[in-house]
Amino acid sequence: MHNKTIAELISGLEAGEFSSVELTQSYLDRISSLDQHLNSFITVTSERALEQAQQADAQRAAGQAGLLNGIPLAQKDIFCTKDVKTSCGSRMLDPFISPYNATVIEKFNASGAVMLGKTNMDEFAMGSSNETSWYCPVKNPWALKAVPGGSSGGSAAAVAARLAPAATGTDTGGSIRQPASFCGVTGLKPTYGRVSRYGMIAFASSLDQAGPMTRTAEDAALLLNVMAGLDLRDSTSVDKDVPDYTGSLNNELDGLKIGLPKEYFSEGLDDAVAKVIEDAIKEYEKMGAVVSEISLPNSKLAVPTYYIIAPSECSSNLSRMDGVRFGHRCENPRDLNDLYIRSRGEGFGPEVKRRILVGTYALSEGFYDAYYVKAQKTRRLISNDFNNAFENVDVIMGPAAPSPAFNIGELMDDPITMYLSDIYTIAVNLAGLPGMSIPAGFVNNRPVGLQLIGRHFDEAKLLNIAHKFQKVTDWHTQGPGQFV
Amino acid sequence: MQWEVVIGLEIHVQLANKSKIFSGASTAYGAEPNTQACAVDMGLPGVLPVFNGGALRKSVMFGLAIDAQINERSVFDRKNYFYPDSPKAYQISQLYYPVVGKGSIDIDLENGSTKCIGVTRAHMEEDAGKSLHEDFHGQTGIDLNRAGTPLLEIVSEPDMRSAKEAVAYMRKIHSIVRYLGVSDGNMQEGSFRCDANVSLRPKGQEEFGTRTELKNINSFRFVEKAINVEIERQMDILESGGTITQETRLYDADKNETRSMRSKEEANDYRYFPDPDLLPIVISQEEIEQICTTLPELPDAKCKRFVTELGLSEKDARALTSDRDMADYFEQVQQSIDDARMAANWLLGEVSARLNKNALEIKDSPVNAEGLTGLLKRIKDNTISGKIAKDVFEAMWEEGGDADSIIESKGLKQITDTSAIEAIIDEVIVANPSQMEEFKAGKDKLIGFFVGQVMKASKGKANPGQVNQLLQKKLKS
Repeated sequence: MHNKTIAELISGLEAGEFSSVELTQSYLDRISSLDQHLNSFITVTSERALEQAQQADAQRAAGQAGLLNGIPLAQKDIFCTKDVKTSCGSRMLDPFISPYNATVIEKFNASGAVMLGKTNMDEFAMGSSNETSWYCPVKNPWALKAVPGGSSGGSAAAVAARLAPAATGTDTGGSIRQPASFCGVTGLKPTYGRVSRYGMIAFASSLDQAGPMTRTAEDAALLLNVMAGLDLRDSTSVDKDVPDYTGSLNNELDGLKIGLPKEYFSEGLDDAVAKVIEDAIKEYEKMGAVVSEISLPNSKLAVPTYYIIAPSECSSNLSRMDGVRFGHRCENPRDLNDLYIRSRGEGFGPEVKRRILVGTYALSEGFYDAYYVKAQKTRRLISNDFNNAFENVDVIMGPAAPSPAFNIGELMDDPITMYLSDIYTIAVNLAGLPGMSIPAGFVNNRPVGLQLIGRHFDEAKLLNIAHKFQKVTDWHTQGPGQFV
Repeated sequence: MQWEVVIGLEIHVQLANKSKIFSGASTAYGAEPNTQACAVDMGLPGVLPVFNGGALRKSVMFGLAIDAQINERSVFDRKNYFYPDSPKAYQISQLYYPVVGKGSIDIDLENGSTKCIGVTRAHMEEDAGKSLHEDFHGQTGIDLNRAGTPLLEIVSEPDMRSAKEAVAYMRKIHSIVRYLGVSDGNMQEGSFRCDANVSLRPKGQEEFGTRTELKNINSFRFVEKAINVEIERQMDILESGGTITQETRLYDADKNETRSMRSKEEANDYRYFPDPDLLPIVISQEEIEQICTTLPELPDAKCKRFVTELGLSEKDARALTSDRDMADYFEQVQQSIDDARMAANWLLGEVSARLNKNALEIKDSPVNAEGLTGLLKRIKDNTISGKIAKDVFEAMWEEGGDADSIIESKGLKQITDTSAIEAIIDEVIVANPSQMEEFKAGKDKLIGFFVGQVMKASKGKANPGQVNQLLQKKLKS
């Protein structure tokens, strides 16, 4: 059962081959026996999951099955879930039981989906390896000494190891696509504004976007059908019709114009990874796609731009974690300042502190124009690069990450190299574009993802392009030996 | 040395919206702590602000009323600082692109002239919550009911030269926002608060002196007192050769002094940046023009009309129009009795005196416009004299009821029956033979004495005109 895709599980539930309770129980059993090797869950909500499954079965019996009726899912612990711990991977929110549901959670609930639990993540989504989590690192199911990527590493690992048929992730600079690449799953970061951010704990508000992490593009389409759409509680969500993302999965790719940015295939890219990507492109050529080299000349500005904007926004967003109303509070504060300093000093880990400091500095009087304002200008340049490129091509392809998964501890003392592991994904967030990573091969038995970048609101096309690839390849069906 | 005082004001006006500026929670005053604070107001993880358009409309109305530039695109910024009553640890405000740009208002000076005061800008922002220091055994309670209440901060140019001018400016702004209905202007409830920037410079010098900022002054009286004690404090320092420290000071009304709150060095770096959770606020020229058509007549225009069309004095017109409720009351009475002078005299006389004595606002007057109209009509149709009318008014004020029923029940109707008045006159002549002798001997002035006696005997009810006429006839016969 655990090797079935969501599309197959929906058929099985519809045909009565198994109930949601049986399905949910089988996943809960797998989590309880296997997650000790991975640490991909922070919280497993077994009781609640079985209740939801029972409800889902009853709804199906009554002929009221929603789109994802009875399908078990794992939710990244960044989404507020009513009456359940919502830690965001941080000691700061370890005591936080959310009194409300994020919009994404409400939408899944309304669709009849079942929540298995909350997945591990880099603290406040700040990290590329899942090593910054207060709840200890997640391990990559393909190689237990390797990282799963981050920040949605718990979700990626859980899906790869078949501990959940699918999971949610969030992507601020690559946090869906890079772990999808490292764990060999399909990850989609939608256009900024496509999925509501309400109830998704903010890291960098102008970059954050939630999306599905699944084993197939078809499953990603099924999840996005539920997640996408205008939310009046999020001013930045966009009022634009949500198509049926499964409807165009099988469109032909004959004549599809693919652009390969030369900046994404230069220095810094692992040769073996480059080979995997080149082979994947050849599959598209076989399907009739036309490939051309393009240039995104300001690519080199993406990482420095991101590391001004994201920390600036995070320094402000995380200020509400002050020990006053919720979350961690230090013991016996002497006075207000002591309460702030110790609560935050104890509650936040080193990477979060580093980014708060960088952001606070960048926004300070006298530095604001030199850093933040300038970064907004370079952000515009990066965005323009994509606009220009999309005048000539339909989709941009390249690696999702410069290398396969690195080992745990390998880059923890080298933040710059760690930051560079998001070099191909960050620009997409700065431009607000949709991006995907799909399994495209292996290097030393570690998965490698192909990144697809589309025009704004072109999720349907990306899913179509990904699906067609998955029809002619089997990288996405392969699982890590000990978990299959 | 001769010093010149320079004052600029920042006025925080609470906009009269039923719900908060970025959430759906109620803004009603006085609820139990934290019962009107939703997840957004509490700044829980993951929540997002959504702008309430009502605040924009009201802000634009204010901008139009002071002939200000209205910015078709304005942007919310985050003002970052830690404080327990600031739940997100930032306030959403507008720094770089405020909704209202440069404008101006005229204030009335004591010498009867007017002075134009520049308004630099006005921007929308959210209010903070409140820290409660009592009843928590040495700890502090937080009430977030007020957090997220919509405010318009109105920033003046440093154009005022005395505490009196500052008060006149503040009153004018208060009057305008109340006329527009964009705020209830209730100062007790904190709907209208003021910070004052005060500095001194040698007369004739162009460059400004170092200023101090007086925080959160919440009455007209305190503004004047606070500024005056601060002027004195600064002058003492400067006269003795000292220098002023740029700082924020707090006015202590009990001790009538200002105290240092924090110096420039301790001032926060607010790290303003555009709030990425909110889109720029855009309003079209058409929408601005539409709002323009809904503006009510403003105090200056009304005052001018009262002078030119109703023939009131400038002073009376000003007094009647400074408060919209007063002006509305006046117009209602005036239109019913068609006598602007009489309506004005009563409102600025009897009614105002009683309001002041009881510290009431006109809207809380026990005698409403309809009641006063009923009374004044009885003067005009000679049912009662103006003097009796004051007694009737007192009864209406103290006991309630309309003029007619009080006149009836107290038997205050004027005596206009000639024979009845003549009978009283006869009695008075008989009772005062010596005065009658003197009168006949040529002491004409005594006519006043006789009128007084007749009025007294009639308990004031005899029609004074008739009394006069009949007495003349009788005495000279």
